[in-house]
Amino acid sequence: MSALKLGVPSKGRLQTLTIDWFAGRGIELARSGSEREYAGHVVGMNDIELVLLSAGEIPKELAAGRIHLGVTGIDLIHEKIPLWQTRLTEVERMGFGFADLVLAVPNAWIDVTCIEDLDAVAARFRAEHGFRLRIATKYHNLVRGFLREKGVADYQLVDSQGATEGTVKNLTAEAIADITSTGETLVANHLRILSDGLILKSQATVYASKTAKWSAKSKAAYAALAAKAVWPEGVHK
Amino acid sequence: MSNGLRAEIKAVAARLQQAFEDAGAVMREPDSLQPAEVLLDLYGEDIRARAYITHDPVLGEQMLRPDFTVPIVQMHMAEGAEPARYTYNGSVWRKQLAGSARGPENTQVGFELFDRTNPAAADAEVFSLFNGLLDEWRGFGAIAVATGDIGILQAAVRGLKTTDRRKAALLRHLWRPARFRQLLDRFGGRAPVPEGREALVAAAAQTSSETLVREAGPLVGLRTVEEIAARIVDLAEDLAEPPISAGEYEMLGQILSLKSGSVAALDSLRTLQSEMPVLKAAVDRMATRLDALSAKGIDVENLPFEGKFGLTAMEYYDGFVFGFYAEGRPDLPTLASGGRYDALTRVLGQGRSIPAVGGVFHPEALVALSGGVE
Repeated sequence: MSALKLGVPSKGRLQTLTIDWFAGRGIELARSGSEREYAGHVVGMNDIELVLLSAGEIPKELAAGRIHLGVTGIDLIHEKIPLWQTRLTEVERMGFGFADLVLAVPNAWIDVTCIEDLDAVAARFRAEHGFRLRIATKYHNLVRGFLREKGVADYQLVDSQGATEGTVKNLTAEAIADITSTGETLVANHLRILSDGLILKSQATVYASKTAKWSAKSKAAYAALAAKAVWPEGVHK
Repeated sequence: MSNGLRAEIKAVAARLQQAFEDAGAVMREPDSLQPAEVLLDLYGEDIRARAYITHDPVLGEQMLRPDFTVPIVQMHMAEGAEPARYTYNGSVWRKQLAGSARGPENTQVGFELFDRTNPAAADAEVFSLFNGLLDEWRGFGAIAVATGDIGILQAAVRGLKTTDRRKAALLRHLWRPARFRQLLDRFGGRAPVPEGREALVAAAAQTSSETLVREAGPLVGLRTVEEIAARIVDLAEDLAEPPISAGEYEMLGQILSLKSGSVAALDSLRTLQSEMPVLKAAVDRMATRLDALSAKGIDVENLPFEGKFGLTAMEYYDGFVFGFYAEGRPDLPTLASGGRYDALTRVLGQGRSIPAVGGVFHPEALVALSGGVE
C-alpha cells in the first residue's frame, strides 16, 4: 500500500497543466499501464500513489481523508466543503486555471449596475411577476452566502449544471452566477457582471487533507515532495 | 442523545404542554413535512441554509418543519374559530453551524393566541404565562429577560417625512440590520449614490429609457423594457428627493439604541413622540401593554426593553417581542421566546388576517439548565 495519495484531475487541460506544473518542480507524474487507466505514480517516489479523479470529486475525497493531497479549484472547495479550513489546508496556489465566480445580469438592464440595484429590482420583479427573481447557478452555497452577506432578498436560486449563461435567454432565470475566465461567454449571451458582483476568485490549488491518516511514512513521503515543490511543513494539522 | 436525557426532555415538554392546555389551549399536531414553497416564499432563500429540504415525487419540494408557527397559523386561518389558543409539542429540525453544541433536532412546546379584541391583554397573557412557568427553573440559576417592540420601529419608519418608496425599502430590510443601516445612510445623504446613476438619469431625460435599453443591445429575459423604464423614472424622482433630515435620522438611531427598563423606555419614546407625532399609536400600544403586564403582576419598572431586540431573528414578528435566557450561560440556547406576528396571519390568510401572539419553550435548554441526565 502507498503511504500518500495525491489526487489530480483525470483529464483535459487542467490535467496537462498540473503535470507541467509538477514537472517544473522536478516531480514527474506518470500514468500506470495504459493511457486510459485512472491510476499513476510519481517517478522515483514509490510511496506516493497518483489518484486520477474528476476535479469536482477531489474536494470530497480530501474532506473524507481518502486522499492526502489534491489539486482542484478554490471555487469547488469553498462550494462543496462547509468550513473547509477545519478539514483542509491550502498548500499552494498554482497560478493557472484562473476563474472568477461572478454575478451577471442582462446587459440591457441599464438601471442595474450593482448588488444594491439587483436587490431593489428583485422586490419589484416579485411584485410584478408574482415569483422571486431567479438566479441560475451551480454554486448554491457560495452564492447564497454572498447574497445573505449583502442583504439581498426576494430572489431564488435555480439549479443549472451547464450552459448557465443561456438560462436568461431561455427564460428560466433572470440573472446568473457562474465561473468565467475571460468573460466572453457572458458578452456573447448579452450579460454583464455587476460592478460589485465578484463572489470569489479561483485558481488551481494544492490542498492537503487534515482528516487523512498521516502515518510516519505519509509524512516522509510528503516531506520528499515538499522538498522539491518548496511546500510548508505541518499541512496535516 | 441518551435515552435518559430524551425521556427527561419529553417529560418537561409534556408538563409544559399540560400547563398550556390548562391555560385554555387546544393541542395541535401539524405534519412534520411541510410544503417547502410556503416557507421559502416567506423567509426567502436563506432558509435553505437552515432547513432540511427533501423531494417527494408527487408532493414536490418538502421541508422538515423548521418551526410550528407557520403551520399553526395556516390551520387557524383555514378553519379556526375566534378567539383561539393552541399548543403543540414536537420536534423541529434546523441545520446547526459546524461546531455547534446543539443538535439538528430540537423539541418545541408553544402557545399561540389569536384574538382581535384586546392585543395588549393578549401580549400580557402570553408573556406572564411564560414568565410564570419559568419559575420552576429559577432555582437553577438566574433567568434574564429581554423585550422589545418591532411595531415602534416600523411606526417610526412609516412616519419619516420622505417618499413611500424609501419607507417601503427600509421596512423590507428591517430584519437585516446591516442592510437597513446602509439604506438609511443612503437616504439620509450620508452615503454616495451608486456610480453611474446620475449619468443614467440624465441620459434618460435627454433621449428616453427605451432608446437607452435598445442601444445597450438585445434585451434577454423576462424583465421588460417598461419595467426598466419605470424604475428609471423612480430613480430620477429619488435623486430629486431631499435626504431624510438629520433630526429624523438621529431619532431612528435613538430608537434602535434604547436600552433601559420598560417604564424609562416608554418615557424616552414619549419624548421622541413629541417630535415625531406619528409614533403616538405605537407608543400608546406599548403603554397599554405595560398596564396589562402590570395588572398581571409583572414589574414593568424593571422589565428590560431594547429598541433593536428581535430584529435579527428569522421570524415574522412585528410588535411586542420577548426572550428568556439563562444568565451567565452563553452555551445554552434561548430558554423561551416569542412575540406578536399580525403580519404573518395576513400573508398566510389569503386576504384575511387576525392579530396573533405566541411563544415557544425549548425543553432541551431547560433540561441543560437544570443539569439534567448526561
